[in-house]
Amino acid sequence: MDLSYGSEYDAFREEVRSFIRSHKHKQPKPGDGIKSQGMRDWQSLLIEHGYHSRTIASEYGGYGGEPDIIKSRIIAEEFGAERVHRGFNGQGVTMLTPVLLEMGTEEQKKAFVEPTIKAEMIWCQGYSEPGAGSDLASLTTKAELDGDEWVINGQKIWTSTAHHADWIFCLVRTEPDAPKHLGISFLLFRMDTPGIEIRPLVDMTGDANFNEVFFTDVRVPKHQIVGQRGQGWQVANAILGHERGSLATPDAAMNRLNGVKRLMREESINGEPIMSNPVFRDRLMKLEGRVLAMQYNDMRLLSAKINKNQDVRLAGMIVKLIGTELRHEIECLGIDVMGEIGLSYGDNPHVRGHGSWQYQYMFYLGLIIGGGTSQIQKNIISERGLGMPKEPKIPTAKSVKEA
Amino acid sequence: MEFGLSQDQLMFGDSVRKFLASEVPLDTVRQLAAGEADDSSVWQGLADMGLAGLIIPEAHGGAQLGMLDAVAIAEALGYAACPGPFLSTAIMSAYLLNAAGATDPLARMASGDYRVGIAFSDVIGSRKGEVTEADSKLTGQSLFALDATADAYLIGLSDGRVFMIEASEVTRSSLSTIDVTQSVCELSFHQSPACLVSSSPELVWQTIYRGRAIQAADTLGAAQYMLDQAVAYSLDRKQFNRVIGSFQAVKHMCAEMASQLEPCRAFAWYAGHAFDESTDDAALTACHAKAHLAEVGQFVAKTSTEVHGGMGFTDLVGLHYWFKRIGFNRQLLGSPEAVRHEAAQLEGLC
Repeated sequence: MDLSYGSEYDAFREEVRSFIRSHKHKQPKPGDGIKSQGMRDWQSLLIEHGYHSRTIASEYGGYGGEPDIIKSRIIAEEFGAERVHRGFNGQGVTMLTPVLLEMGTEEQKKAFVEPTIKAEMIWCQGYSEPGAGSDLASLTTKAELDGDEWVINGQKIWTSTAHHADWIFCLVRTEPDAPKHLGISFLLFRMDTPGIEIRPLVDMTGDANFNEVFFTDVRVPKHQIVGQRGQGWQVANAILGHERGSLATPDAAMNRLNGVKRLMREESINGEPIMSNPVFRDRLMKLEGRVLAMQYNDMRLLSAKINKNQDVRLAGMIVKLIGTELRHEIECLGIDVMGEIGLSYGDNPHVRGHGSWQYQYMFYLGLIIGGGTSQIQKNIISERGLGMPKEPKIPTAKSVKEA
Repeated sequence: MEFGLSQDQLMFGDSVRKFLASEVPLDTVRQLAAGEADDSSVWQGLADMGLAGLIIPEAHGGAQLGMLDAVAIAEALGYAACPGPFLSTAIMSAYLLNAAGATDPLARMASGDYRVGIAFSDVIGSRKGEVTEADSKLTGQSLFALDATADAYLIGLSDGRVFMIEASEVTRSSLSTIDVTQSVCELSFHQSPACLVSSSPELVWQTIYRGRAIQAADTLGAAQYMLDQAVAYSLDRKQFNRVIGSFQAVKHMCAEMASQLEPCRAFAWYAGHAFDESTDDAALTACHAKAHLAEVGQFVAKTSTEVHGGMGFTDLVGLHYWFKRIGFNRQLLGSPEAVRHEAAQLEGLC
């Protein structure tokens, strides 16, 4: 066990600190949207110094650094400690870019990676459909080839940032006669293509974090496909794996837990600080133990990225399930310690933390469901982590006939 | 940067596991339960492997290893529900005696010839007949002293002083508990001559924190055994013409157990490591690890028994020995609520 990063990284940490000291004032201001010049300038500055898109080759607009887990960790630690903006990390950056670099054509990499990581090209993800949620592979939005163009018809749902997006990466059914996992293709197209309609989907927080997107005879050039026809499921699975772990980091959970501690010290009922209430304090400490377990689990996962001989498959698989449920409970305690004040929301003058406790409490319920529900996570953990069998399929009239 | 066990630690753990699998089968535990055997031959076997002297300095015949090594071994012992005074003699007493400079008994402890039990109930929270001292003579009673067949005991007083006393100087009666694998007794003192070992309340607490880290690891191992058994049983047992492990209800029980238990591995490792590196959070981490494993262990103990259906409730599969070991670890050296309260105090929250 050696938790030091080694003295060879001291100089690097100092370099990051020095960058933050001299450039912190240039970070995007509150209210700078994802398409603002402030955001784009900051993004370019980060890439130029290797604090964003660090390992993406310079020919595709990245910094061109060698992969170094420790350096990435140090950047995250220093930016986190100073609460400095990490740059734009939309779905195009975090999910599409890795896939393009792995499976895209040279032409696609050249065309899309640089504007995407520089926040000049904003993407949304077209996966879920009203009839295809947990069973994503049953999606029915279809694309038919007509000359040199795909013609797309259907509907997507839970499409975050669709209203800001310039482009969409989208799963469509191109081989209707193939088995469901083998009939899907991965297309890229512009969101201002005629035939696309976006309707905001207001959620329980009161915001429209998601949209419904309707496609009516949307015509897309034939070459805007990633991978081959019918390979879309493989591509999508690579990206979903990327999404799961990043939804609930233990460091963020610890920050929120420390926020609960501040609330419990600052707020009082009948003149007594809430921290002196042993029932609330026990709930706090119980959650702290759970967050600590996840923090050390996270260090184990980090270590396994460096020391490839460590088997951490199960330790990685459980992060989304445990992390999102844990975060939901932390936000709940933040509300509960405030009593009636905890009900406050929106423009209520008594609201604490700009209403973040109630907002996050609801938002994390959304994350428990999104990106693979907790129940789907448990299927994955039991099957791939514990070697338990899949639930047998119920025979359909068709399969009985074929048998 | 490397978070985890070293190759040496993994290999040592494997050899202990192999020894336990062949030399300490469930039958050994059953013989203990029936009063047909005691834990002395098991302990001698473990001592021969170096477990009794694990953290004792080489100068006194020990292996001079650290708390992370001890955590890895405790996990293996919990997995086998192994009897013996590892927690009391090999960890708590060995640590305290060495730190207090009372090194005379260490060599005999390392060889497995001399067992030093722990009676710290007055330190954790006194119940009745608190032990008092006058002119190096003890009077009163100690409940739940660890190791009913020890050669001597370390008695912690509520003021934090620790006395050592030979077993021949005390009246000792064994106490039945749920767990037959970890023996406890009641000690009565009547002007019994004892030797002051330490006057430092800090040292007695440092000893308790180390004990808690070991308990956390022991529960981790015991819970891992129960989960492994539950998964194996679910892949064997058939109902409705299917193995029950193919039903989502059962799969989700197992997934929930694995999801809660797996992060505890890293947690227990860090708790051991923190003592070896003397980090500022070592005491706090040990308290949190003990309390958290008590909760996760309880969930796994209950759920894995349920996966076994009626068989889990019987003596036939013997799963209940692990259930009880986890329950024992939960209460001994502080219930989770009490330990979390201490953790809050360590953080200055109350």
